Amino acid sequence: MTRIKTKKDQRFNVILTAAMVIIMVITTYPVWYCVINSLNNAEAIARYGFATFLPQEVSFESWRSVLKNPDIFRAFGITLSRTVIVTVLQTVITAMFAYGFSKRNLSGKKFYTVIGFVSMYLNGGVIAYFILFSAMHIYNTYWVYILPCLFGGFYNVIIFNTNFKAIPDSLFESARIDGASEYTVFFKIVFPLSKPVISALGIFTAVGTWNDYTQTLYYTQSADIQTLSYYMLSITKASASAAALGETMSAGASSILTTISSSASNYKTIELACMVLSALPLIIIYPFAQKFFEKGVMVGSVKG
Amino acid sequence: MNKKRKRTSISGNKAMQFQLHTLMLPGTILMLVFSIVPLYGLLLAFKNYKVTEGILGVFTSPWYGFQNFKVIFGNSDFGNMLVNTLGINLIGNVINILAAITFSLLINEIARPRFKSFVQTITYMPHFISWVVFGSIVITMLNADGGFFNLLLQKLGLIKDPIVFMAQPGYFWMIAILSNLVKELGWSTILYTAAISGVDQELYEAAELDGASRIQKMTRITLPCIKGTIMIMIIFAVAGIMNNNFDQIYVLQNSFNLPRSQVIDTYIYKVGLQELQFGMAAAVNIFKSALALILLTAANFISNKLTDSGLF
Repeated sequence: MTRIKTKKDQRFNVILTAAMVIIMVITTYPVWYCVINSLNNAEAIARYGFATFLPQEVSFESWRSVLKNPDIFRAFGITLSRTVIVTVLQTVITAMFAYGFSKRNLSGKKFYTVIGFVSMYLNGGVIAYFILFSAMHIYNTYWVYILPCLFGGFYNVIIFNTNFKAIPDSLFESARIDGASEYTVFFKIVFPLSKPVISALGIFTAVGTWNDYTQTLYYTQSADIQTLSYYMLSITKASASAAALGETMSAGASSILTTISSSASNYKTIELACMVLSALPLIIIYPFAQKFFEKGVMVGSVKG
Repeated sequence: MNKKRKRTSISGNKAMQFQLHTLMLPGTILMLVFSIVPLYGLLLAFKNYKVTEGILGVFTSPWYGFQNFKVIFGNSDFGNMLVNTLGINLIGNVINILAAITFSLLINEIARPRFKSFVQTITYMPHFISWVVFGSIVITMLNADGGFFNLLLQKLGLIKDPIVFMAQPGYFWMIAILSNLVKELGWSTILYTAAISGVDQELYEAAELDGASRIQKMTRITLPCIKGTIMIMIIFAVAGIMNNNFDQIYVLQNSFNLPRSQVIDTYIYKVGLQELQFGMAAAVNIFKSALALILLTAANFISNKLTDSGLF
């Protein structure tokens, strides 16, 4: 009886492992496909089609054009600076708000609760923001990437709140007996003690900010404040409509591609190289940050 | 002694309240300016507002009644757009939720913890890549000129001439749904995995003594135990049924597949920010939010009735 069972078990394990391997291949293959074809020779692609496993002829041509391009360089800088500024300030401002909110004897708590929940469930819509940003004169400026993103939203407040409430009261008591102000308590005790939740939410903010392109699409017009994501989007849109028209890349290529490279044959590999470049920071930090991601979701799921 | 402590705590309390409020001040101002003030946008749906009127024009522009709504519902594209929104979301959510539950049950069956966390790490990865990049990869793989899928189908002898997937509206739903599945499958298991790890191990031991097979343990123990989590995910899916993933749809959309790829969110962008018909865009937004609220309440009510577990 037990022998039959273990045999059955073994078969189950083999099938299970095979299924997992297949799923892992499917999820990682698109990224692999992108990387190998960005390193592929453009003429080889024209001749044999896109590479499936390894580049047919390795060429760094498109990478060289991409890294030399000043527009991409600037877009990279804007995205990076914006991500750092928003992540740091948003985490601190949101945590500060949440700390005050977590106090049971806070006066005017009702006011904060009402604006918090209203801001969470109601939304004025894209148009209202467009009008507001124009009136504030931040439309089509770098500020539109920063100012509206400095508060992490009430949902994050709730997550912080749960964590702050878990800090033992005795710590606050002893600090207060020593005459510490709330500022000292927050920055010297609460903030360091909440490192797990702060890093988890911080990473989510950083990834979201790095990947965001809608802020650029909706609220800017000038080419010189484009983010990397948006730059990628315009390249994709240009080449996708050309491909859909059935034209060759050279005929359909828009000016955005001609500014990067003068030789028409490698537009597609250039697009792929840009894609790898914009995903690269995330792929590099991902293995290190992964444990925080998971913790962050757990933190979110336990909120009452 | 007692009196003294009380006095210090009152004066201390005043200082403490002040300090707490100053800590909350930046967040409060940001919330008021960027979340509460823009709610005037809801007014725009009932106004005849022109771009040139500026922010005060929102309040001074003439009332328009339900004229904006009438124009939208009268638009022949509107029905089509609604079908696309609901179709992509309904089919996509059903497939996603079923796949995520199955996948998390399978992950739970992996005996070696290191292989288990390896599988999780690998399959979560695409979630963190932006839709711009992931969508562009999908478009490249579907390329008619030697893209992965056309090469594969030709090698298998299933097609002779390459298919221009992105230019044919008929393929759009499938592309949107499947690309989302590949990108989010791993990540969407996280909450189920958390719920599964909370199941009482004694239940499994008892079942083993009764001779239950692995499949039986999955369907008879694990599934019923994570019922609450599944219901909450379904409620969220129902509530979000009017929200397409703008980031995804906009990247994959082009003028050729528009009949099947125009959804409410992309329509708001087109009408509002490209054609500057603010009133109409605001009206679509209100329609969408109202429907979402009704659906959320209904889904929660049904869930409470059927399974005793709901959001509120």
